[in-house]
Amino acid sequence: MAVSPSTMAAVRASGAVPNAEYLLSAEGVRKEFPGVVALDDVQFRLKRASVHALMGENGAGKSTLMKILAGIYTPDKGDIRLKGVEIRLKSPLDALENGIAMIHQELNLMPFMTVAENIWIRREPKNRFGFVDHGVMHRMTEELFARLNIAIDPDIEVRYLSVANRQMVEIAKAVSYNSDVLIMDEPTSALTEREVEHLFRIIRDLRAQGIGIVYITHKMNELFEIADEFSVFRDGRYIGTHASTEVTRDDIIRMMVGREITQMFPKEEVPIGEVVLSVKNLCLNRVFQNVSFEVRAGEILGVAGLVGSGRSNVAETLFGVTPASSGSIELFGKPVTISSPTEAIRHQMAFLTEDRKDTGCLLILNILENMQIAVLQDRYVKAGFVQQGAIEATCEDMAKRLRVKTPNLYERVENLSGGNQQKVLIGRWLLTHPKILILDEPTRGIDVGAKAEIHRLVTEMARNGVAIIMISSEMPEVLGMSDRIMVMHEGRVTGFLNRDEATQIKVMELAAQ
Amino acid sequence: MTIKAAEGTAPLATRPRRRRVPPELSIFLVLVGIALIYEILGWIFIGQSFLVNSQRLTIMILQVSVIGIIAVGVTQVIITGGIDLSSGSVVGMTAMIATSFAQSSTWGRAVFPSLTDLPALVPIVVGLLIGAAAGLLNGTLIAYTKIPPFIATLGMFVSARGVAKWYTKGQPVSGITEQFHFIGTKAWPVVVFLVVALIFHIALRYTRYGKFTYAIGANPQAARVSGINIEAHLVKVYVIAGLLAGLAGIVTAARAETAQASMGVGYELDAIAATVIGGTSLTGGVGRITGTVIGTVILGVMTSGFTFLRIDAYYQEIVKGIIIIAAVVIDVYRQKKRTKH
Repeated sequence: MAVSPSTMAAVRASGAVPNAEYLLSAEGVRKEFPGVVALDDVQFRLKRASVHALMGENGAGKSTLMKILAGIYTPDKGDIRLKGVEIRLKSPLDALENGIAMIHQELNLMPFMTVAENIWIRREPKNRFGFVDHGVMHRMTEELFARLNIAIDPDIEVRYLSVANRQMVEIAKAVSYNSDVLIMDEPTSALTEREVEHLFRIIRDLRAQGIGIVYITHKMNELFEIADEFSVFRDGRYIGTHASTEVTRDDIIRMMVGREITQMFPKEEVPIGEVVLSVKNLCLNRVFQNVSFEVRAGEILGVAGLVGSGRSNVAETLFGVTPASSGSIELFGKPVTISSPTEAIRHQMAFLTEDRKDTGCLLILNILENMQIAVLQDRYVKAGFVQQGAIEATCEDMAKRLRVKTPNLYERVENLSGGNQQKVLIGRWLLTHPKILILDEPTRGIDVGAKAEIHRLVTEMARNGVAIIMISSEMPEVLGMSDRIMVMHEGRVTGFLNRDEATQIKVMELAAQ
Repeated sequence: MTIKAAEGTAPLATRPRRRRVPPELSIFLVLVGIALIYEILGWIFIGQSFLVNSQRLTIMILQVSVIGIIAVGVTQVIITGGIDLSSGSVVGMTAMIATSFAQSSTWGRAVFPSLTDLPALVPIVVGLLIGAAAGLLNGTLIAYTKIPPFIATLGMFVSARGVAKWYTKGQPVSGITEQFHFIGTKAWPVVVFLVVALIFHIALRYTRYGKFTYAIGANPQAARVSGINIEAHLVKVYVIAGLLAGLAGIVTAARAETAQASMGVGYELDAIAATVIGGTSLTGGVGRITGTVIGTVILGVMTSGFTFLRIDAYYQEIVKGIIIIAAVVIDVYRQKKRTKH
């Protein structure tokens, strides 16, 4: 029998909660969306005081499961037990009151309110006139932060905080509800190495306090570092649960994709040609200084560095999004000025941006409209009219070549998985036949299978003589794909490493100085 | 330990979709529904048909064709994610200025006594240029100073009306030439509306201009990185909207055989209403001229039906407001459904 949340809350308050084996468990969960079975007969068991990672390719169903656990979706079938008592969650608030808190990937804080106001919203301490008592609220926040070892001013407005600090505030907020279960959706995707360490320390503290943590990640090394157990999902089905100490990376990948990934980084030695792009003393005021480098035809120049080192800014400046304040750019030996993306494209450059949703996809438009938009600048147009038939056939071929999973080109891009969206964007640029391709985090947040395909495509581009600049936070990707690696730190280039001499340690030494 | 690799499963999400019905269909059915309600009420209360009356239908279409011309421009602005509040005032301003170049010498109080009996082409070109200039100002402000379209066109809304009043110190401009009057006679305003609608329907669907307009509305950042010169394109869109408002001003004056500073008051709101009823999303990236045409006709049918049933004009405005809200609620609901998962 399902117990209503209010009863559950009363039971919790009385302390008479049955000491079940699992903190949170789900059995036989099914969830259907129009036309898609998102989850089918899925199970999940979270132990007390443990970190449990959910693994799977995009679209495997982990997000759906997590949203069911957090009360955002209601399952069509299956039962969910919190400490052995069956519960039915009606809303995220309901989940929160039952001790299940979720920290979303896109943070849900109000930018113009202070840290303390954000944490205690709806539960503000009041003075005897019924007004919010800011003094008490400040003290409560400080106590909470002290417990979590967080150093943030409770009275600062959230908009002034870095992404990492916002995340800390979210975690503190979740903890302030005395949650037993904390769900984290790719919490490290926007954090620097140091911030990740801090986050992991906090997670370990929370675990020591008996909290169960559900941790969603695409990063294999995090799994081994922080998770006690992990469950793998594939195509909406439950594959298995294991302790993270008893498997290898390859085992997990095999479970996730259901096939062997033959080669993650299909780097090929291709003939490296003449210098295509040469940058000298490029500066952007207060962002980066004196950046100089060259890229040759067929070469993949990896760019490594911590988040905030200026890597993406260099790419944006090269492409004319934020024109340089000084320095020179030469293309095929001729000096050029690039003051807008339009000009960059005219110089046969292409730029896959870091943020798919913000600066890449036209989410509400379809695949065709997304793919054709850049090439329409100078081709497939006669007297202003788009040559519909020709461009459609070309995009159809491109979608096939990139293996975009879709019934047709008229599917809205917002309905595609992250990997497929990325392929559409790559297609957009391949259609322009670039000579210089700038890739900023080309495989961020996409699943293992799509990742391998994108690496294959990048290799193919290099073989065709395209000069490639690839920015990546993923060390194996940078080391595996690059011919040379440029490392940046705080707006400066700190060194170059050739493929044969580059190691993770050497890159990190240059990146962290 | 060993892990059993499960057999590959077919992707679940690739079930082929039904061929999508045109988005205008639902709005067209609303139009038919409203017309049928009037038809039935007509037989019950007035004892005659609402639809089978060519004279009524002609008047109805004539009444809304000016709104329709404006709405074609407004639709394009709204697709880019903007808004144009100035079109009604631009109608007033262009009506006054254009008409002052269309006066007959037989009229004793011409604005420019030395410039009478000019060919109709002169006032038309002047009107279009004035409208385009207003749009150019709107577009330049929005694209290059980054002020919100609402504010830029609100300024134009106030100032253009001011120009209309200042131009003759509030006096109407009358005594137009036969040639100029001609554009406003018979069903010519309807023809102008339909030609304009057809031109921009084709432009939005089949030209690069159209593709870029939707792209900017869907995601301006992404459009910029894809090489679209957003600033220049927005200026184009607002110039077109201004030009069409100018054309509407010319048609209005030609039809009325006179121009008054108060011409076009409230037209901007009717045009926005027609656009929104026609399914164009105020958040940008979505919208079609065909929908706007149907939305315009719905506004016309409503007004005409109220007159036909001899219902007080005050009710018309109340109901019009409700219909606009309903259209936006439906739009919001549709978007919610779309982003459910």
